[in-house]
Amino acid sequence: MTLKRIVLHFPHRLVNEPIVYKLVKEFDLKFNILKAYVTPQEEGLMVLELSGKKENFDKGIEYLESCGVKIQPLSQDVIRNEVKCTDCGVCVPICPTGALAVDPHTRKVHFYDNKCIACELCVKVCPARAMEVHF
Amino acid sequence: MRTIKEINEKIRKGEVVAVTAEEVIDLVAKKGAKRVAQEVDVVTTGTFGPMCSSGAYFNIGHSKPRIKLGGGVCKLNDVPVYTGFAAVDVYLGATAMPDDDPRNKVFPGEFKYGGAHVINEIVAGRDVRLEATAYGTDCYPRKKLETLINIKDLNEAVLFNIRNAYQNYNVAVNLSDKIIYTYMGVLKPHAGNANYCSAGQLSPLLKDPDYTTIGIGTKIFLGGGIGYVAWQGTQHNPSVKRKENGIPQAPAGTLAVIGDLKQMKPQWLVGTSMLGYGTTLSVGIGVPIPILDEKILENAARSDAEIVSQIVDYSQDYPQMVSRSLGEVSYAQLNSGKIIVDGKAVPTGNLSSYSKAREIAEELKTWIKKGDFLLSEPVAPLPNAESGYTFKALKERPIV
Repeated sequence: MTLKRIVLHFPHRLVNEPIVYKLVKEFDLKFNILKAYVTPQEEGLMVLELSGKKENFDKGIEYLESCGVKIQPLSQDVIRNEVKCTDCGVCVPICPTGALAVDPHTRKVHFYDNKCIACELCVKVCPARAMEVHF
Repeated sequence: MRTIKEINEKIRKGEVVAVTAEEVIDLVAKKGAKRVAQEVDVVTTGTFGPMCSSGAYFNIGHSKPRIKLGGGVCKLNDVPVYTGFAAVDVYLGATAMPDDDPRNKVFPGEFKYGGAHVINEIVAGRDVRLEATAYGTDCYPRKKLETLINIKDLNEAVLFNIRNAYQNYNVAVNLSDKIIYTYMGVLKPHAGNANYCSAGQLSPLLKDPDYTTIGIGTKIFLGGGIGYVAWQGTQHNPSVKRKENGIPQAPAGTLAVIGDLKQMKPQWLVGTSMLGYGTTLSVGIGVPIPILDEKILENAARSDAEIVSQIVDYSQDYPQMVSRSLGEVSYAQLNSGKIIVDGKAVPTGNLSSYSKAREIAEELKTWIKKGDFLLSEPVAPLPNAESGYTFKALKERPIV
């Protein structure tokens, strides 16, 4: 079983293709759409939580790549600017998935990017504006 | 037990025993207050959080021909400064906004850049754009000035914050059914989160609750440099209800502080944006507490479990000036990440950075141990709980 949160960038020509449908139908993958922008005349973007048998998962990714979809892990796109962050912790109760948490010993704020679903709630809530999203 | 003079002698000789306000708690638990009071000379405190009544004044030097900014308009990186002084003195406040910022017209406003951010850039040594217009006089004929300025060329650059380092602060919740945007952060409906703002057991005035050692003239760590307590801060309110241990149960004392901006560091004066509210400056302050007697030590060794605050509703009660507490919680409870409000577990978030407060207390301790920082004797006390000094609401009167 493989579960990953990935960011898909669709070139303009693929925006009308039922790509996610094929991931389900042909590769038996489960998906949860965390975010999607499909703007006409522009690139499409989708943040997916994708899971399934490892073999199917790999084939699904292969299929996406063969169509020309650019894939990268979500953790590369939501970043905490370590210089700007003051480790206050006001973001912690706002984060719906516990991706931001205060370490009880160091009292610094940790960002667990594997738990992040890119909801972006922390971005504007952060007083130092240390949370950055680079899709 | 010992005097500030004696402590300074030990600092000079490199023999001083200094510990942070956090370390002293464990020491007292292990050895008892009596023994620790004999051993420890200084306890260092620290706090780092948003403090709105902050700002800096500058003397920019005279241009040729001369211009009188006083009574004119002057902006630094588009942020208006106060010019109601002589020719080239200006004051930049942390919450000032560029005229063309939409503020809350598109709600909630983002407040990405204001006076606090300009102060941060100036401290960081970056060039800042100054644009000014004046009415012109015989002695100051110039009417327009546009130039880059830099902190190293300014005659004076002085941080002067009229209210900092609140002794305790409210815990904010939102009891309404819609999200609200406040200076205490974003508050989710139905008490979805509880935000607080204090370094608790590291916070300067919580460790000297009666202002026995902290007074006017006390030398402090301010923004990474050296500063002084200039006065009690605005809204200083020493007469609030206190616990048996003497610690105020609600926001109480405040400090007005001053110091040379040229020695300060950008990481301790951070421009901060509160969504839907405005900009403010996060300020780093550390105050040394000389252990002159056992009582001072006992107070300096109070822990988060012994310091409490009040839960306040920011949807109705706070804006409408209704004085009501929804309950009392300790900083130990707040720091656990959850408190109980009306029978419901509510996640907590601190606006004040405890880890930065810890860094400040450590840094001040290092300065003292290395002999770089001598303690000062206060020249006058701050008004205490017995002084009768209070914080009054505005009584509006019709203008006839």
